[in-house]
Amino acid sequence: MVPPTPFPNAEALVVRGLTVRYDGRTALEGAEARVPVGTLTAIVGPNGAGKSTFLKGLLGLEPAEGEVRAFGQAVATALPRIAYVPQRAAVDWGFPVRVIDVVLMGAWRRMGLLGRLSPALRDEAREALDRVGMADLAARQIGALSGGQQQRVFIARALMQRAELYLLDEPFAGVDAATEAAIIAVLKGLRDKGATIIAVHHDLSTVGAYFDRVLLLNHRTIAEGPVATTFTREALAQTYGAGQLVAVPA
Amino acid sequence: MWQALTLQAGPNAALVSLGAALLGAAAGGAGAFLTLRRRALVSDALAHATLPGIGLAFLAMAALGGDGRFLPGLMVGAAATAALGLWAVQALVRHLPEDAATAAVLSTFYGFGIVMLTVIQSLGIGRPAGLEGVLLGATAGMLRAEAVTIALGGAAVLLALWVLRRPLAMVAFDPLHARMMGINPARMDLALMMLVMAVVLVGLNVTGLILIVALLVTPAVAARLWMGTVAGTAGLAALIGAGCGYLGAALSASFPDLPTGPVIVLLAAAVFVLSLLLRGGRHYG
Amino acid sequence: MGDFIALSLPPMVIAALAGVACALPGNFLLLSRRAMLGDAMSHVVLPGIVLAFLITGSASGLAMGAGALAAAGGSALLIEWITRRARMEPGAAMAVVFTTMFAGGVLLLEATGTAGIHFDVEHALYGNLESLIWLAAAGPESLWDPAALARLPEELTRLALTALGLGAVLWLFRRPLVATVFDPVFARSQGIPTGMVMAGLTGATALAAVAAFQAVGSILTIAMLICPAATARLLTRRLGVQIALSLAFAVLAAVLGYVLAGHAPLWFGLPFTLSASGMIATVAGLMLAGATLAASQGRAARL
Repeated sequence: MVPPTPFPNAEALVVRGLTVRYDGRTALEGAEARVPVGTLTAIVGPNGAGKSTFLKGLLGLEPAEGEVRAFGQAVATALPRIAYVPQRAAVDWGFPVRVIDVVLMGAWRRMGLLGRLSPALRDEAREALDRVGMADLAARQIGALSGGQQQRVFIARALMQRAELYLLDEPFAGVDAATEAAIIAVLKGLRDKGATIIAVHHDLSTVGAYFDRVLLLNHRTIAEGPVATTFTREALAQTYGAGQLVAVPA
Repeated sequence: MWQALTLQAGPNAALVSLGAALLGAAAGGAGAFLTLRRRALVSDALAHATLPGIGLAFLAMAALGGDGRFLPGLMVGAAATAALGLWAVQALVRHLPEDAATAAVLSTFYGFGIVMLTVIQSLGIGRPAGLEGVLLGATAGMLRAEAVTIALGGAAVLLALWVLRRPLAMVAFDPLHARMMGINPARMDLALMMLVMAVVLVGLNVTGLILIVALLVTPAVAARLWMGTVAGTAGLAALIGAGCGYLGAALSASFPDLPTGPVIVLLAAAVFVLSLLLRGGRHYG
Repeated sequence: MGDFIALSLPPMVIAALAGVACALPGNFLLLSRRAMLGDAMSHVVLPGIVLAFLITGSASGLAMGAGALAAAGGSALLIEWITRRARMEPGAAMAVVFTTMFAGGVLLLEATGTAGIHFDVEHALYGNLESLIWLAAAGPESLWDPAALARLPEELTRLALTALGLGAVLWLFRRPLVATVFDPVFARSQGIPTGMVMAGLTGATALAAVAAFQAVGSILTIAMLICPAATARLLTRRLGVQIALSLAFAVLAAVLGYVLAGHAPLWFGLPFTLSASGMIATVAGLMLAGATLAASQGRAARL
């Protein structure tokens, strides 16, 4: 499966020497990544390995050192082409906003300050909700949803951004099986249309079924590449520490 | 009193009531975004920080031989120290929790403002009653030009809120996502504070600086009990604010002894209590 | 000298005592992120005083103090109830409650014709420090003359007792108090009734605000509740040192502010004095500004 990629920017994301420090503690030390366009990559590593920090650092949401290019551009320039879904959005769940309004916030770049909220945009937002199986809850208050449903709304908001690179932090954490199936189907659909998806993932048993590529991380990049060649027992032992491994990949 | 309510107490009183209504609408709308951003009390510091500027402007204008009570001049002074107060809160927040920074700025600026007022009183250049209106509001005897200024200022704030409604709502709901979407949250916060400052300045003569925070916050939290969207909350808050401003100014025109600020605040509080009782304290949805 | 002891010393001591009484609970308000409670408390005192006067018909300190305390306590409960009931940001609930009660107080004053006779709004806002003089003082010898001492302004005695009482209570309950403001979840797991402790802190704040309010007005009360504690916080990470420093700053601000209010205009050849409460609040704020400047330059010695 070779995605249709324009030559000069065959890489959706290149990370070189990404280092993030909090209060003198080093969370990431020179992490590397090279993610081809049109792939679905899992970031895997033990708790506290700096997986979330990796995403925040490369986006510039945490002060970081190192070089990050997205589609050959600096991240700040490429930001309109990137959608980010944090693990659990730090929002006020009592906020007076309906599900459909949250999804429409993803269309801000197309709407702008004075642009009209056209019926076409509303239809697109409903369709995005439909893709994550939430169409019938469009008029609900965001605070009235379950955690998994909220997660799906934020993925629908990301879809609304029509991004080319999607960064998701633990999209399956705390969601039910139906949500998980719905989300992975959406992500695979995006990939098949040429988008690039990178997701922090904690369930080693589903890496092979869900993802094409894997990035093993423990404060630094341990290994990166296609699941078949990179997601090996040796690499995992190196990532998690020998003897720590419970689930053994097939 | 009935005459005042129905705009028949003379064209000037009618204009004042309309001005107060527009101010109330602007305060309610701005207050909705302010409370959703969870920064209600910063506006209190901002309001109190206008006092030294008012005193200094009064002194400067009187020293230059003008009328110390010239409203536009007072507003320039008020804006200057309010901006300084806002900057001071931001500077302190790097070292202290926001509530402590707010309280410290509020009390210091207010204290210095009181010192300025005693200077004015002691110099004998201002009628003692001249500036007390800015503490608690006094619409009785307001000049026509002042009423027009208030009305125009309120309308301008409403227009700016309408233009900025989407980015303001996005930053209040999810600042991180707003940032990813190319909106600068710090800049939006500054814009919101500028609008709040405009409300405070315009409201000085209507509610006074001690109580203007109520006109910002109370209609907003009452509206929040009924509405499930940002637009609905801001719209209803503006409506409640307009009603309270209009009614308060009209009542105050009938009873000139009553300071306008407390009357408007109590009207808004009545709406809030009624909403709380009717809605059982539950938010919409 | 006699003039100083009769006219300047009592207000100065009263301001210093008010500062101490407020700075004590202020340290814990700062740590528990409830700094604006002082702002709310000092505003709701007004309707309490007016109501107490209207009900009892007496302008005695005791009746008014009781009314003020009741209003402060009632407002704290109301803020708590609205915050929970309407799931509202505490700051917004605070703003709604204190503005409403203050507006009610002003309206009561005006509507009942009480205004101007026994007190007025300006008095409530910036106090009456300069009028708290000790007429019985004839000279330094009055300082140990029981007959003269008995005629000290009642505010002085009341504030001294309040400061002393607050100091004793806070010292007695220092362990549960520190545990609660530092980590309420852990404190609860250790069997500390954190709700009671916080209510106690609110009560202490109300007491300090009421005692100070009657002597120095609301503006100085808010300033003293937060500025000295915040200044001390920037200079040290140790709670004991912070409290000690905050008391020193409160006293220093009171003395310095009072002197400046009385003498600064004279230096410019202006024959009048300025609001002492306002000047003390200004000095307290300038101290905080100085500490902030030092902290932002990394020069603040961490004591």
